[in-house]
Amino acid sequence: MNVSFGQIILPAPGRHFLSLFLAASLGACQPQLPETVRSGLVYCSEGSPESFNPQLVTSGTTIDAISQQLYDRLLDIDPQSGELKPLLATQWQVNDHGTVYEFTLRPDVQFHQTEYFSPSRAFNSEDVVFTFNRIMDKNHPFHYQGGGNYPFFQSVDWANLVERVVATSDNTVRFELNRPDSSFLSNLATDFAAILSAEYGAAVLEQDQPGRIDSHPVGTGPFRFKEYQKDVLIRYYRHKTYWRELAKPEQLVFDIVPNNARRMAKLFTHECDVVAFPRVAELGLISQRPDVDVQESTSMNVGFWAFNTAKPPFDNAKVRLALAMAINREAILQAVYFGYATAANSVLPPTSWAYNAELPLLPFDQTQAKALLAEAGYANGFSMDIWAMPVQRLYNPNALKMAEMMQADLAQIGVRATIVSYEWNSFRRKLSNNEHDSVLIGWSADNADPDNFFRPLLSCSAAQTGTNRANWCDANFDRLISQALLTSDQKQRRSYYMAAQQYLAEQMPLLSIAHSQRFQALNSDISGIDINPYGGISLATAVKDVK
Amino acid sequence: MTLYLLRRLFLLVFVFIALSILAFSLGYLFPGNTLQNFTGLTDISAELATQLTAEYRLDSGYIQQYIAYLQRIFSGDWGLSFASKQPLLQEIKILLPATLELAAYALLVSFFVGIPLGIIAAIKPEGIISRIISALAIAGYSIPVFWWALLLIMLFSLGLGWLPTAGRIGVLYEIPHVTGFMLADILLANSQHQTEALLNALRHTLLPTIVLATFPTTVMIRFTRDSMLDVWEQSYIKTARAKGLNRAQVLYRHALRNALLPVIRQIGLQFSTLITLAMITEVIFSWPGIGRWLIDSIYQRNYPAIQAGLLVISTLVISVNMLTEILHTLFNPLARKR
Repeated sequence: MNVSFGQIILPAPGRHFLSLFLAASLGACQPQLPETVRSGLVYCSEGSPESFNPQLVTSGTTIDAISQQLYDRLLDIDPQSGELKPLLATQWQVNDHGTVYEFTLRPDVQFHQTEYFSPSRAFNSEDVVFTFNRIMDKNHPFHYQGGGNYPFFQSVDWANLVERVVATSDNTVRFELNRPDSSFLSNLATDFAAILSAEYGAAVLEQDQPGRIDSHPVGTGPFRFKEYQKDVLIRYYRHKTYWRELAKPEQLVFDIVPNNARRMAKLFTHECDVVAFPRVAELGLISQRPDVDVQESTSMNVGFWAFNTAKPPFDNAKVRLALAMAINREAILQAVYFGYATAANSVLPPTSWAYNAELPLLPFDQTQAKALLAEAGYANGFSMDIWAMPVQRLYNPNALKMAEMMQADLAQIGVRATIVSYEWNSFRRKLSNNEHDSVLIGWSADNADPDNFFRPLLSCSAAQTGTNRANWCDANFDRLISQALLTSDQKQRRSYYMAAQQYLAEQMPLLSIAHSQRFQALNSDISGIDINPYGGISLATAVKDVK
Repeated sequence: MTLYLLRRLFLLVFVFIALSILAFSLGYLFPGNTLQNFTGLTDISAELATQLTAEYRLDSGYIQQYIAYLQRIFSGDWGLSFASKQPLLQEIKILLPATLELAAYALLVSFFVGIPLGIIAAIKPEGIISRIISALAIAGYSIPVFWWALLLIMLFSLGLGWLPTAGRIGVLYEIPHVTGFMLADILLANSQHQTEALLNALRHTLLPTIVLATFPTTVMIRFTRDSMLDVWEQSYIKTARAKGLNRAQVLYRHALRNALLPVIRQIGLQFSTLITLAMITEVIFSWPGIGRWLIDSIYQRNYPAIQAGLLVISTLVISVNMLTEILHTLFNPLARKR
């Protein structure tokens, strides 16, 4: 019906158009296409970045779009082994106390040459000092630029950990710490610890436009910034004097398409080469198409249900345990994750070296849950709120649906749950103020260190900065995870983390629900992209096979 | 004639004043802080607030405030957008040409398709071709535009994979913004790969144009047909036929000119519908025009943008209306005499 419709409505000039576009579609394969278009890569992302400076953000969307494309860090994490590798630092030494780190920097690393900045010198120790002082030195000219919040660094208590950063020569830098911290190097390898240019900083100060340092980025990464249109696209070009192998795509465009269905449609019409976060429910449909591939990787993340432990009755560990036991996790795994996730018995994913495999998976036992509630003095149950985050995240693809299932489960043990949701920004703000009873949210790791799952999520300092969703400050737990940081002996650290996981299972400040897999859909003529289990994606090695 | 033009101009000014009063009062009618609604600034310190209140005359009576508002509109200070923090006038200058471009293509298609089809349908009103055309016109007239757009996307983009689903041009083509009209910008861009870029832009334009043209084309068909049939009954046509002119001559020299007069007027009347449909089309095809921007602004409660967008779009619709009215009068001696 619609075929004949289209033909008849399509009039004479339309037919002329038709021949034009047929010529165009044939022409698309011809080699005279400009290099920037032919080898250009289009990555369809799910949202606009908040900033172009990774220090200022935590959202995965922003990190994917900016961090690995524009910047380099001192150290890198090997995606396979999780070990640290040299990047901008060629080697490093630690003193015996584990409090002084000396880095030797790579020579001849060039910053981006852009329309708004021409570097006069290569990367040196001044840039490292500039970058890290911005985070911790309140007198740094850029410290308060963009609000003075450095969420990742605040969550690892950076300002109290690092005493100072000194340039000992042009190509050596010394970090002096107040106490040993075995996660320090891992934190330097995260996507947030990107190296900025001190020279560019001075230039924007001189132009009296300090805000440009975060909106018009200059880094040493494989791509340089060209333009950004909010909610439309980000355009990068290849950094021609990159110190490593040059980026494969001459041009890289992030096409911003928040709508899931539309992102899929653009993948099928080959308007997008790579699509972030295809909906898990649609994976079956995607894999049927011969021109599209799906990549999968076990990601370092956890989706959890956190209780506000400062509010009664959630201050009682028995109540928390009872609530956790009342949840039918198997059903959630099927209905929310469509089976593409493993049930969690700990906040740590099984791929971490500190994972405690001995911990039993909490049973689904509503009779025992009821008994526990009665023991705690709530035989008749109570009313509570479940906050469900309004956005789709890897660790929780559909929090509202999950909340509805939990609501039904909880009703079985006499707990009347109300589902609450706000727009994402107010949601996070209200969470930081601890206005919730309980919340469905999660965490994606930034580095391979197990500390990344404990301190930013459950420590007392995280409770103060508002990233501890359980609002939980427990002296025993804090002692365990800080002791684990004081030693660099992996066996010893492991035993502390084992104990910490055991303690969490008893105290249940949050119920770890699942570790989900990360998916990415791409056209089958694209190769060379891997999903990095630790943080952002890198597109510099993507190759488009031109027919 | 001068008097007529003056009268029209006077009417236009009057309508604009009414519109601007409406837009101005929205600053008060929208929820939230009036100062924020006018300036587009969200984080106003007490000090700045005093300064701005004085500048915007918010401490004086409504009339002074309205005059200050008009002065700002004419001097180009339209305030900032809540969402992007960019000057609104700047944003509108970038977005409006995209909408105008799409609407212009759709109007062109509706002329070059609708008028000939309407004439063909009028020649033998009881013939099978005429009936088919009329049936299609009714179908096209009644089909909801978003559904029609999705059908075409299903068929040509997802099914056959011939045409892209979104945007004005492939994102890998970097075309500097000069005029805002894509085809003109490509020609001005002076790159070696103009042809490729042009073809790519045409492929992106094809589906939105067809979708947006559907409604005005069907209106054009029906209107031309009715008007033709009307004229065909007139005695001067019979006279011309009796004088020995053949069908084609009569059609071209006598019937068409008279039949098309009311059609010109119809363009003006259909323009507001066209802009409304353009908004829907823009949303479906992610066409970066003012309609999509306005709808996004409504979702985001971006009050300054809604205010400015309404003012621009309604001014545009009324100006086009007025323009076609004047054109109609110019071409029609009868209307001129009145």
